[in-house]
Amino acid sequence: MDASVTLKKLRDRFPASILETHSYRGDDTAVVKKEDILDICKFLRDDEGLLYNFMMDLTAVDYLGREPRFEVVYHLYSLKFNRRIRIKAGVAESDCSIDSVVPLWVGANWFEREVFDMYGITFNGHPEMRRILLYDEFEGHPLRKDYPLKKRQPLIGPIN
Amino acid sequence: MEEGGIGMGLADRKGGASLELPQGARVSDDPERLLGGSVILTRLESVVNWARKYSFFLYPFVTACCGMEFMSVAGPKYDLDRFGAALPRFSPRQADLLMVVGTISHKQAPILVKVYNQMTEPKWVFAFGVCAVSGGFYDNYATVQGIDTLIPVDVYVPGCPPRPEMVIDGLLKLQEKVAAEKWSDWPRGAAPVSRC
Repeated sequence: MDASVTLKKLRDRFPASILETHSYRGDDTAVVKKEDILDICKFLRDDEGLLYNFMMDLTAVDYLGREPRFEVVYHLYSLKFNRRIRIKAGVAESDCSIDSVVPLWVGANWFEREVFDMYGITFNGHPEMRRILLYDEFEGHPLRKDYPLKKRQPLIGPIN
Repeated sequence: MEEGGIGMGLADRKGGASLELPQGARVSDDPERLLGGSVILTRLESVVNWARKYSFFLYPFVTACCGMEFMSVAGPKYDLDRFGAALPRFSPRQADLLMVVGTISHKQAPILVKVYNQMTEPKWVFAFGVCAVSGGFYDNYATVQGIDTLIPVDVYVPGCPPRPEMVIDGLLKLQEKVAAEKWSDWPRGAAPVSRC
């Protein structure tokens, strides 16, 4: 059922950190504990049989009403083996932070800033944790499901 | 010429005789006819407004797809030049009609306000397209819900994008508005938004 090399290696190496895995239609996915995200990513990047050297995407999802509320999603790609993996790490609203992967992939810098901008998840160890798309005076994080649809920002307009 | 004071003023200095009335004119006619059509009497306010309404200098603040329709209406086929609004000025100091053509995002808002404040008075604002009018279907966190939350607007032309005929109609409406303005309407002052 789950014949993926990557997922097997991951489970062997981090038996306590991998909460769940699946390979639906060949897409390897691992749900992991957020405390170990840096170690797991480092292993995926550096292990001789994996070499996930390309961080393709980093984003987040807000599952309002579920615990943990947020999920940070990493899409990694191995140029050497032409393999992809999706890593998901749950982030609770009460402790809305996760370790930054900028030390592993410099390209994660702006992705993490965007996630911070839109969801308010902070990344520990990020070199420049501030908004990237919106302006500093913007109130709230607009891609959170509880951001009011009709909310108006204080700087825009005397009528609002 | 004991009947009217106007004829008295038309006395020929050399001969001392009165000018003859133009053919068909009566002393009770309005002064312009009595003067043979060579003089126009009007109020300064009216003639200045008349000059203003036929000589708009546009500042095209084009941010989105409405710009294509703006090019169409400014080009030879629909030809805004027929109404005196032809010359785009790319310096706000030289323009008096701010054409806001397209979606204004929150990040664009301070620039729009700055351009508005840089224009010299008298100045008018033309909200071109539904995004500039009300935000359009961009009812979201990043889009200004109508530029009238930032600056005063004279003409709203909705449409996504508006047809050139609608733009021309809007311009004619603006001309009517300008023709009816008073000295006391100016200056309007800076935009009410200062912080953004």
